[in-house]
Amino acid sequence: MPKRTDIQKILLIGSGPIVIGQAAEFDYSGVQACKVLLEEGYEVVLVNSNPATIMTDPEFATATYIEPLLPGPVTKIIEKERPDALLPTLGGQTALNIAMTLFEDGTLERFGVELIGADAAAIRRAEDREEFRRTMTEAGLRIPWSMTVESLGEVEEALADGRVTLPAIVRPAFTMGGQGGGVGRSETELRQVVSEGLAASPINQVLVEESVIGWGEFELEVMRDRNDNVVIICSIENVDPMGVHTGDSVTVAPAQTLTDPLYQDLRDQAIEVIRAIGVETGGSNVQFAVNPESGEIVVIEMNPRVSRSSALASKATGFPIAKMAAKLAVGYALEEIPNDITRATPASFEPTIDYVVTKIPRFAFEKFPGSEGRLSTYMQSVGEAMAIGRTFRESFAKAMRSRELDSPAEIPESDEELLAAIEVPCAERFDQILAAFERGIDVEAVHQACKVDRWFLRELQGLATEGDGTDGLARAYKAVDTCAAEFEAATPYYYSGHERPRHDGSPPASEIRRGDNASVVILGAGPNRIGQGIEFDYCCVHAAMTARELGRDAVMINCNPETVSTDYDTSSRLYFEPLTAEDVLAVCEQEQPEGVIVQFGGQTPLKLARTLEEAGVPLLGTPVHAIHLAEDRGRFGALLRRLGVEHPPYGTALSAEEAEVIAAEVGFPLLVRPSYVLGGRAMEICYSTADLKAYLEANVKADQEHPLLLDRFLEDAIEVDVDALGDGEGVYVAGIMQHVEEAGVHSGDSACVIPPLSLGEPMLEEIRATTERIALELGVVGLINIQYAVAGGRLYVIEANPRASRTVPFVSKAIGVPLAKLACRLMLGEKLADQELPEGPLEHVSVKEAVLPFARFAGADSVLGPEMKSTGEVMGIAADFPTAFGKAQAAAGVRLPQEGSVFITVTDTDKPAATQLAARFHDLGFEVIATGGTAQAIERMGVPVTRINKLQEGSPHVLDLIRKRECDLVINTPTGSGARTDGYEIRTAAVRHGIPCVTTMTGATAAVRAIAAGKQGAAEVRSLQEIHQSAVRAAEPR
Amino acid sequence: MSAYLLLEDGTRLDGLACGHERAVTGEVVFNTAMTGYQESVTDPSYAGQIIVFTYPLIGNYGVSAAAMESDRVHARGVVMRDAKNREDVATAEGGWLDWLGDCGVPGISGVDTRALVRHLRDKGAMRGGIFPAATGEAEARERIAAEPSMAGADFARTVTPAEPVRFEGDGPHVVGIDTGVKLSIVRQLREHGCRLTLLPCTSTPEEVLAEDPDVVFLANGPGDPAALDYVVETVRELVGKRPVFGICLGHQLLCRAVGLETYKLPFGHRGANHPVKDLETGRIDITSQNHGFAVVGPGGEPKIEGDEPVRWDTDFGVAELSQLNLYDRTVEGLVLRDVAGATVQYHPEAGPGPHDARHLFDRFLALAA
Repeated sequence: MPKRTDIQKILLIGSGPIVIGQAAEFDYSGVQACKVLLEEGYEVVLVNSNPATIMTDPEFATATYIEPLLPGPVTKIIEKERPDALLPTLGGQTALNIAMTLFEDGTLERFGVELIGADAAAIRRAEDREEFRRTMTEAGLRIPWSMTVESLGEVEEALADGRVTLPAIVRPAFTMGGQGGGVGRSETELRQVVSEGLAASPINQVLVEESVIGWGEFELEVMRDRNDNVVIICSIENVDPMGVHTGDSVTVAPAQTLTDPLYQDLRDQAIEVIRAIGVETGGSNVQFAVNPESGEIVVIEMNPRVSRSSALASKATGFPIAKMAAKLAVGYALEEIPNDITRATPASFEPTIDYVVTKIPRFAFEKFPGSEGRLSTYMQSVGEAMAIGRTFRESFAKAMRSRELDSPAEIPESDEELLAAIEVPCAERFDQILAAFERGIDVEAVHQACKVDRWFLRELQGLATEGDGTDGLARAYKAVDTCAAEFEAATPYYYSGHERPRHDGSPPASEIRRGDNASVVILGAGPNRIGQGIEFDYCCVHAAMTARELGRDAVMINCNPETVSTDYDTSSRLYFEPLTAEDVLAVCEQEQPEGVIVQFGGQTPLKLARTLEEAGVPLLGTPVHAIHLAEDRGRFGALLRRLGVEHPPYGTALSAEEAEVIAAEVGFPLLVRPSYVLGGRAMEICYSTADLKAYLEANVKADQEHPLLLDRFLEDAIEVDVDALGDGEGVYVAGIMQHVEEAGVHSGDSACVIPPLSLGEPMLEEIRATTERIALELGVVGLINIQYAVAGGRLYVIEANPRASRTVPFVSKAIGVPLAKLACRLMLGEKLADQELPEGPLEHVSVKEAVLPFARFAGADSVLGPEMKSTGEVMGIAADFPTAFGKAQAAAGVRLPQEGSVFITVTDTDKPAATQLAARFHDLGFEVIATGGTAQAIERMGVPVTRINKLQEGSPHVLDLIRKRECDLVINTPTGSGARTDGYEIRTAAVRHGIPCVTTMTGATAAVRAIAAGKQGAAEVRSLQEIHQSAVRAAEPR
Repeated sequence: MSAYLLLEDGTRLDGLACGHERAVTGEVVFNTAMTGYQESVTDPSYAGQIIVFTYPLIGNYGVSAAAMESDRVHARGVVMRDAKNREDVATAEGGWLDWLGDCGVPGISGVDTRALVRHLRDKGAMRGGIFPAATGEAEARERIAAEPSMAGADFARTVTPAEPVRFEGDGPHVVGIDTGVKLSIVRQLREHGCRLTLLPCTSTPEEVLAEDPDVVFLANGPGDPAALDYVVETVRELVGKRPVFGICLGHQLLCRAVGLETYKLPFGHRGANHPVKDLETGRIDITSQNHGFAVVGPGGEPKIEGDEPVRWDTDFGVAELSQLNLYDRTVEGLVLRDVAGATVQYHPEAGPGPHDARHLFDRFLALAA
């Protein structure tokens, strides 16, 4: 069947900010879909709130809307754009949920928008637990016993009459990554997990089901076309058995432990599932549990859309599931679509692979003190790495090193403790298992502790005792080709394996087709983690596009399967490899590149810069010594003094004793952190010697290797972030961002605004001039980011990073200039004078807001500080700041109330400002609630206030208020971190009960302005293309 | 112990000996399936061949009686990247390498199988051998040269039963000419309730008719169909008299019996992922494949281009293409329009491989009605 001609305009919904459970994989799938739909001649309307995505680059859609992913704004876009169809299956759970809301409220029907890919009935059959159970049962498939529960009372009844057996699993309906779910091992635990699940589900519904903990967990990626042809793209086996969310499990492809009959049974059932659910076209993911003793199979769930697993399956096989799903949705059949990799064969086949793929999750529990760190049925990992090897051991070892852990995992001393630790699934589980085998603990003991299949354990035992099996072998690059070499591959997508040298001693066969063209190697950012996310992948993708535009072969090295950078057609050659010195040098040896770009992938490639340079590999852009100079406080301080630029007093300590001496010299308050930080790890503000001592005891081993940095912390300063381009001769200041939160909140967690709100032209001019001088002095060729603080009318430099910063995509979208692309051009020798660079004032206001994962980590404090905790970001664009800020808040999932009550409790120094704030809320019609001191201060201003007890004053107190959801907004500024203060209890309760909680006064002020703006009516929606077009400004480089 | 694989063109790849340690020669072919190693090596169609598995890990789930496709190993040898001898899964009754050893079958592991497969893909399947490192290359070359070519080879005689084999059933009586039938086919026919009689492939038309078949079945099997003129002659005598269906080699034999030609594919189809379009329903089945020869198209060309219906004029009237391989557009099955007969080149019985095409047995057995 040919493609459909009855539709012309298609709406695609993205997945919004990077959050746990929904990450870069949906940028990858969305980009594939956008590209293919545009190629097919359709108009594409895209909406996504995440500026750090490639899909929101204006060139990937006909009209790109950076708007909150909520039914309201999406309805306005539909009203304005009048698309013929909505493709809801490529933007994760977010897109699916919005599509369902718009279907159910009649919006789609009203505007004549057809759901393509999966219709509402199919989505409901897959997503609604009750319907899913009925559908599976009717199809003759076994699923675990289960019951849908809408109140705790129902669970009590079922426990009483024996319908529930323990352990039982709890899964909330309509949440992504299993958020709010868990395992009930005891009656008490079951009650707790059910109440949390009910709160997390947008429809207050959870499924309680039979536990198949310890069974083998398998996933099949399935595709179906309009002719009802179904193919399996990939089987995935979870090394962690049932009980750990698949996103947190180490997984391998293909399945290793299934006999052919058992695999074929799963295959038959997966096909049965997609037909029964009725996903008409596109990709789905079906999860099974298999009893290792009896071979009994139960269906666990099915996602009627592309998913994290389908991104993994695509990267694991070379079969582009999202691209195919988009083609199938517009009417093509699988046999009508060529396989991109072989070009000679059609897509109506099943990939077969001749290597082993291992996916390993990357965790960040260390960022969230207070969280338990135990893995469960809801996802907690922040990123993942994938590795390809010729054997399981090789693949697994590559995956382990791809994680790039900051420090080795801690292993318990005694064997008993170690086995006890292995029993509880945690981030370090496989480090522990390998350690157990190194110590000679046997497979059976480890199997009893963790239930991981003995097949994997024997392989891991081999890995621990004999190594990865590459001794005596030589590295050879093999291609990923979907067909195990049966056909020639046209697409150059490689991994390294180790093979025996040939009989004549020559190296084993590599398949690289290098050609004679000059190549530029781009080092990616590796697994997503807090502090190093999709923004860097965005920059790497832009570098690849630009290198190709400039006639070079773009060579990408990365190991993150979620990303656009590891799509097979992003670069000229893709090496799916860990980002370690050894692996990168081996690729450089093959490539003999013109140069390597290390400045775009965050800290990961920067850490390799020196080694590469020493090995004689040419690096592009800003010289490495300048990058290191900027990170060396002493030398950089000297540079600033030479330039006559101010910086806060600082010192460096090599021991705890020295730290106390230097603290006295620099003066409190102090910002304390170790050198070479990523996302502000172990960074804290100390107000006194006591604070400092506590910090030193808790965190730090200051020594010659790891000096400790102490900076004077400028209180009440305005923090400013600047992104600029340099070509060695000139500088272009692209964006000056003012942080909404005061200095002290990590720039990655702070909301910021372009253009700055409260800086006058003289200060802006000083910032521009200072940026220019620093960039020239450092010899910046490419990007530089400088952080400033403005305090008492004076400008201080906090730090400078001559590399791509986290804010590059945001600034690029705010000003309509692709900074990373321009930077790449400069790095390849072009000059600023050759570029089109707009200058002059912007007509719109752009706000970036961070998205925080506290709801995922029960017990973690939600207070913001110098340590970065956000996983992603959103952007709000509007004609004025309050509206843009309101959009950004809404996009970040903060539901600022339009009415109701606000609970204010602040530290003493914030009390004067809080009274002003209370007055504003009162004027907006809010009830103001406060405790003792704050209430008194507010009353003195003549604002009516409802008093509530502090915790120690007894019930009913503030926590009761929050638990009963009797307030709609919490404003709480912290009085010291970590301790179980009232503030901590209030903030964690607010997170748990989904009440927005603002923890800074400036944030609160912005929030009240946004609420006021929101009361004026819904904000208008404008596409990036319209915004950038209207912002035609003078083009002249500085 | 070291061992090496040598091909007739001189290509040598080294590895470690496993299974039964001895020298062996045969036609070196590759299989791209990721599961089903035991089913493959016991499939009589692999007689005379050394199998290179493209999936690197072979032996993961051990061996079991249930996975036997015949009563013994027919493949001459096995080439692997990372051989395993595990018996951890519940269904395992023994380790793969122990079992290969017990069966007297040599294997070689640690081989750069991907490089080998790329070579075979480009140069075609060819003769070769697995040799212990102690065997000199000159001797090895001689032994390979002494190995007869697969083209023109009759292996059916080596795998056919000496006496008729009978299975009771209430359904139609299927009489098979057993050129090396897979047990999965026997299982499928029995699941359909058939009464099944398997005759030696040297049986005469009279002997077949004496069984009073409702339908004659031509089995799969090894070797070159062109070398089996004695079977082809038998089949010629049966076509038109009784309905006939053939699978794999049986498909080729029936085609030759009605006057069509077969040819040797460069490296064959062996795997579990080939898409085949069923031209009667328009459905695409993912199929289990194991064949080195194929039937020539109506104009004498090896591949079918275009989407027009494809017909042959045969000695028994019109034959129509019913199954088309979407990978390389070769003939995967046809139907005789003027007499009762149908064929399929691939393996609808699976074992190993996908179950998509099991419905073909209904179609074949409907010929008996």
